Amino acid sequence: MHPILRTVLQRLGLGLLTLFIVSIVIFSSLEMLPGGYAQNILGQGATPETVAAFKKQLGLDRPSYVRYAEWIGGAVRGDFGNSYSGAGGSIKREVTKVIAPRLYNTFFLAAYAALFAVPLALLLGVTAALYRNSIYDRIVNSTTLATIATPEFFIAYLLVFFFAVKLRWFSPLSTVTESTPFLQHAYKALLPAVTLTLVIVAHMMRMTRAAIINLLASPYIEMAQLKGVSPRDVIVKHALPNAWAPIATVIAFNLAYLVVGVVVVEVVFVYPGIGQLMVDSVSTRDMPVVQACALIFAATYILLNLLADVVGIITNPRLLHPK
Amino acid sequence: MTDQPADIRSVRARRSAWENVRRTLATAPISAWFGMIVIAIYAIAAIFAPLIAPHGEAEVVGKAYQPAFGDYLLGTDQIGRDLFSRLIYGARNTIGIALLTTMISFLVGGTLGVLTALKRGWFDQTASRIVDAFLAIPVLIFALMLLAVFGRSITNLILILALLDSTRVFRLARATALNVVVMDYVEAAKLRGEGLRWIVFREIVPNILPPLITEFGLRFCFVFLTIASLSFLGVGIQPPTADWGSMVAESKALINFPVKTFPYLPAPFYPAIAIALLTIAVNFVVDWFLHKTSGLRDEL
Repeated sequence: MHPILRTVLQRLGLGLLTLFIVSIVIFSSLEMLPGGYAQNILGQGATPETVAAFKKQLGLDRPSYVRYAEWIGGAVRGDFGNSYSGAGGSIKREVTKVIAPRLYNTFFLAAYAALFAVPLALLLGVTAALYRNSIYDRIVNSTTLATIATPEFFIAYLLVFFFAVKLRWFSPLSTVTESTPFLQHAYKALLPAVTLTLVIVAHMMRMTRAAIINLLASPYIEMAQLKGVSPRDVIVKHALPNAWAPIATVIAFNLAYLVVGVVVVEVVFVYPGIGQLMVDSVSTRDMPVVQACALIFAATYILLNLLADVVGIITNPRLLHPK
Repeated sequence: MTDQPADIRSVRARRSAWENVRRTLATAPISAWFGMIVIAIYAIAAIFAPLIAPHGEAEVVGKAYQPAFGDYLLGTDQIGRDLFSRLIYGARNTIGIALLTTMISFLVGGTLGVLTALKRGWFDQTASRIVDAFLAIPVLIFALMLLAVFGRSITNLILILALLDSTRVFRLARATALNVVVMDYVEAAKLRGEGLRWIVFREIVPNILPPLITEFGLRFCFVFLTIASLSFLGVGIQPPTADWGSMVAESKALINFPVKTFPYLPAPFYPAIAIALLTIAVNFVVDWFLHKTSGLRDEL
């Protein structure tokens, strides 16, 4: 078997294993509660009968491995069971129905932010590395350090303050529904997308800069410079082919970071995505929804990191010519 | 005939610790000075909060939504509590909780990391695999989930974040300690029969301290921001405890109303700026420390 294929398959297998362990961790978080979830929700005063009835209602009376098998089996097919918030009443809310439209919104927002962030970060990172220690580099560096150090909601409120309240270009709330036309959706999601862009550009730019500087320090670049290759060709022909791997890794890694940033930004702009749903469900302790959201977030995070790994392996020229 | 012994040169006494500190501080760049001064101010505000704050933490002092620089320095919040006092108490609560969390996380993660590096074997393997699984989930998501299970309280918040954060500390402590345990002086200490405590605290810890101190600053920033975010989301520190994250959330509606008095800034920005200023300050100091200890430089 080709060594690249083998390494990639190894990584994929490892990624799936991680995903499996993570799903167990997410599932068993509910079991870790001393005294059990039902007792905890109902309080100390609840009689054993009430607790038993409540457990039966939520399906918590069966052994945990059966419930895990059911849960993960359903999750693979896109079925996360019923939400606790309607349990017992006449209305049964399916978790999938609650999540599906919001999942689309969240991915829309994340992709939208990535559309701005990736080109901008690469441009800033590469130019900062080329003109390192210049005034330009210092300004870009300190600006990004400041955005990394500030909480997402601060950046979000600054943008709201200037663009929604002072200039009135946008609405401070990004309320969209399923019937919102695409362009209007894009317009309403612009401020949240810009917030996310500012948050991840900083990380992405700094990592790109470090990767390029690292690369420019290698002996073969110095060799190319010494033998008189023009500065442009040093970058385009010598540095860039080797730079794709670190750059791709940086992009995928930061898209994974987007997964976390999205939670706070959605809450600030009241944007109906799954980050907001998760926060709401944490307050009501609606565990099926929380676990489903956590699994989706974790899976996206793991898959993007895995993608970063695989791209890094494939684009590594050294692996193409095994000894 | 013997030569006269060479002049005994005046042997310079070792610099005292205080002199060392002064010499190091003299080389600190402006950004690091800025950082240290900001941190000092925050520390004073946090420690002496009851003496500095003009009013109580949860005390209703007047009408709601008073403007700044009127009767109250920064105005009042939605139920008429003095915002300036709450900001100062917020320093105490938010920084105190973040500091406590980071310390627990370093105690647990650091100890486990050094021990696994020293012992290796199945203990190391198990701990490393478990930590890998934890690292695969973003902290904020994991913290949200655990808070949903265990319920919202400050104790739960501290324990959950400390546990999640200790996995990151574990990784660093283990990696740096692995380089130290193979050193000859550790071997020598083992051979002369020193106990585990001596080897850990006298041989290993002093040598992995610089990267750990840097990491402490960065982890503190991260924990601090995570706590602020969780409180902002309404699942972290609960009212009436004054906390910067929840203060932003409580006053967020005010951003839509024009401010006609001096700072011209809506109320949610005060706590938000307080948060941002502290993390930037810590980052500046950590940056400087990193340059000093590792000689890490960008130039070719």
